[in-house]
Amino acid sequence: MIVGDLGRGEFDKRLAGPGLRVRFGPFNIRIGSPLDAFAGVAHQLYAPYPLVEENALIDFHVRIASPRGLRRWVRRQACFSLDGQSPFAPYTIEHAFPAVEWGINWCIATRAHHLLMLHSAVVERDGLAMLFPASPGDGKSTLCTALVHSGWRLLSDEFGLIRPEDGLLLPLPRLIPLKNESIEVIRRFRPEALIGPAFYNTRKGTVAHVRPPVDSVQRAAETARPRWFVFPRWIAHSPLDLQPMSKSQAFLMVASNAFNYEVLDETAYRLVAQMVAQSDCYSLCYSDLDEALAALDELSRSSRDE
Amino acid sequence: MTSSGTANRQANRLLIEAIRSPDVLTALRPDEWELLVRVARRARLLGRIDSEVRLAGVDECVPPSAAAHLRAARNVIAHRKTLVSWEVDRLLWALRGVDQPLILLKGTAYLLAGLPPERGRIFADVDLLVPEDGLGEIEERLVARGWSRIQIDPYDDRYYRVWMHEIPPLRHYERGTEIDLHHRLLPRTSRLNSDPAPLFAAAQPLANPRLRVLAPPDMVLHALVHLFLEGDPDEGLRLRDLVDVHDLLTHFSGQPGFWDQLVRKAGDLGFARPLFYGLRAAERLFATPVPREVLGGLRRVSPPWPLRAPMEKLIDLALLPGHPDHPLTRAGLARWLIYVRAHWLRMPPLLLARHLSRKTWLRFRGARKRIDLAQLDLKQQ
Repeated sequence: MIVGDLGRGEFDKRLAGPGLRVRFGPFNIRIGSPLDAFAGVAHQLYAPYPLVEENALIDFHVRIASPRGLRRWVRRQACFSLDGQSPFAPYTIEHAFPAVEWGINWCIATRAHHLLMLHSAVVERDGLAMLFPASPGDGKSTLCTALVHSGWRLLSDEFGLIRPEDGLLLPLPRLIPLKNESIEVIRRFRPEALIGPAFYNTRKGTVAHVRPPVDSVQRAAETARPRWFVFPRWIAHSPLDLQPMSKSQAFLMVASNAFNYEVLDETAYRLVAQMVAQSDCYSLCYSDLDEALAALDELSRSSRDE
Repeated sequence: MTSSGTANRQANRLLIEAIRSPDVLTALRPDEWELLVRVARRARLLGRIDSEVRLAGVDECVPPSAAAHLRAARNVIAHRKTLVSWEVDRLLWALRGVDQPLILLKGTAYLLAGLPPERGRIFADVDLLVPEDGLGEIEERLVARGWSRIQIDPYDDRYYRVWMHEIPPLRHYERGTEIDLHHRLLPRTSRLNSDPAPLFAAAQPLANPRLRVLAPPDMVLHALVHLFLEGDPDEGLRLRDLVDVHDLLTHFSGQPGFWDQLVRKAGDLGFARPLFYGLRAAERLFATPVPREVLGGLRRVSPPWPLRAPMEKLIDLALLPGHPDHPLTRAGLARWLIYVRAHWLRMPPLLLARHLSRKTWLRFRGARKRIDLAQLDLKQQ
C-alpha cells in the first residue's frame, strides 16, 4: 500500500492519532502531526511513498505540533521533535512541512552511522550511478532534478548512502527541495515536474519541493554501483566545461564532502578509495541545463560502450 | 494504573533487563526491539545494549533494522574512543615538562585503565584532575598549545571559577575536542567536604607513569557524585552514571578492603547518604552484588523509612527514561526535584536561590540551548 491509497480523512486521522508510517528508502519513519498546514501538503507530495508494513520496525519517530505552554497563544508555531525531544527552535506554523522534511534529513545525517553518508546527489542509469558531491549553492539539486526528469533514476539529491558490506549505493529518493531561482528554472525546464507549494521567507529563502518521478520511488530497493563522480558548479553565462579530474583530487573532495567520513574512520577511507578507483571523475561548469544534460548523457553512453 | 503508566513501565523494564540479564534479548518481539532502541538511545545507552548483545552472543536474534542502529552506535563509540585516546596523547605532548600529577577522570579513566564501564560507553570530553596550585600553569600551557577558552558569559565564567570544582572547558581550535580541568571533585561551595588532597595521595599510576587514575573507592564515589550532583532538570538522574557505578562496584567488589574503604571515605566526605541511595539503586535496578553488612552499616546514616521510601521512589522516577510517547508529569516533577536537591548539595541556600532564579529567568526568556534546525549544518553532528 502507498500513501496515495489513503483518503484525506484517513490520512489526517493517522497523522493526528497513531502516526503515519511511511518508508523513505532504507528508513521507516513515523510522523505525527495535528496540523493542517502539514497534512495538506504531505498528502499530495508523499502520495507515491509506500506505507510501512504492520510489524516492521520504525527507525525514527518524529512529530510536528504546536509547542506547549504559554507561547502557543502568543504566536502560532510548530515544533519539530524526535522521540518526544525537541532541541530545535520552533518554526512558524506555515513552515511545518519544510521543517519536517529538514528534520528527517537531520535524523538520518546524525544517526545513520551504520552507513557511509556522502553529501552528494546520486542518479542512476542501467544499474550504474553518477554522483554529484557538492556544497550547498553549487546547483546540485537543480541539476539532479533536471536529470531525473530526463531518463535518469533518482537515488538521492542529498545523501550518497554507501553500504560498507558491499560498497553499493542505497537509494533514498526523498523530495527534492529547490531554493529561490531554481524553482522557476525547473518550472520552465520541465513543466510536467510535480512541484509542491512555495514556502516563502524560510531560513533558506523560498523553498518548494519536487516530488520525484514515481518510478524512482517504486525502485527504492534497487541498489546501484558507483561509476562516475561529477563535481558540478553552476556559473551564470558560463560555457559548458566538462574536464577529467585526477583521482587524488577527487578522493579529497569526496572525503571532505561526507557527513560521517571521520566516524567510519578506516572503513570510510577504504570505501571512498575503492569508489574513486572504479569511477571516472570529472569537474563540470555549466549555465545551461540542456547542454549539461547532453554532456552527461554522452559521458554515460561512451563509458558504457568502452 | 493508567495506560501511560503501563507503557512507561514496559519501556523501563526493557532497558533495565537488557543490561541486567541480556538473555532476555533472545525473546523480544519486533515492537519491543523498536522501543528498546528508542529508550536506550534517549538514555545514551544504545552502545551498551550493542555490547551486551555481542557479549551474550545473541546477535542472530536482533532484527536487521535494530541491528543497524546498534551498529551505528558502535561506530560512533569506536570513533569517540579514538578521539579521546588521541586527545590524551596530545595533552601529554602539550604538558611535557610540567611537573604536576595528572589524574584522569570518568570515561577517560575507564578507557585508559581498561575498566569495565568503558564497554559500549559513549565518550564526550577529556576530564582531568590536577592540583589547584598547578592549574594556572597547566591552563596557560594548553592555551599556548592550541586550546582556547570557550566564550561564555561573565556570569557563567564567574560561576565556574569562584564556586565550582572545575574551570570553564578548554577547546582545541582544530579538533574541537574539549578538556575539563578539575581541581577537586565537589564544588567549592558544597557543604560536603571537598578537600582533594587525599585523592592525590591515593591515586594509582597507569602503564604510562605520567597518568594516574583515582583509587577504586574514590573512583566509585566520584561516579556517585556525578550521578547525584550533576543533575539536569530535563534529564533527571543519568542512568548511564548508575551503570558506571554498577560496573565499578562489580569489578572492585573482590578487592580486599574495598568496601570498608568505600564506606569510610564516604563518611569523611559527608557523602554517606548518597552512597547509601546509590548502592540501593544499583542493587535494586541492576542486582549489583552489595554485601549485606555494608548496607546494614550505612542504614545508620540513612533516613527513617517513611522518608526513605518516597525518596527512593523519586530516585527511580528521575533515573528511568520512561516511554518517549507517554511522558509522565510525575517523572518530570521528580527530575526537577532531584535537580533542585543536587544544587542544594552543591551550594549554600542564599547562593542557590540566586543561581536558580537566574537560571529560571533565562529559561523564561527562552534563552535555552535551542538549536536553529535549518541553520544547523547537517555535517557538524
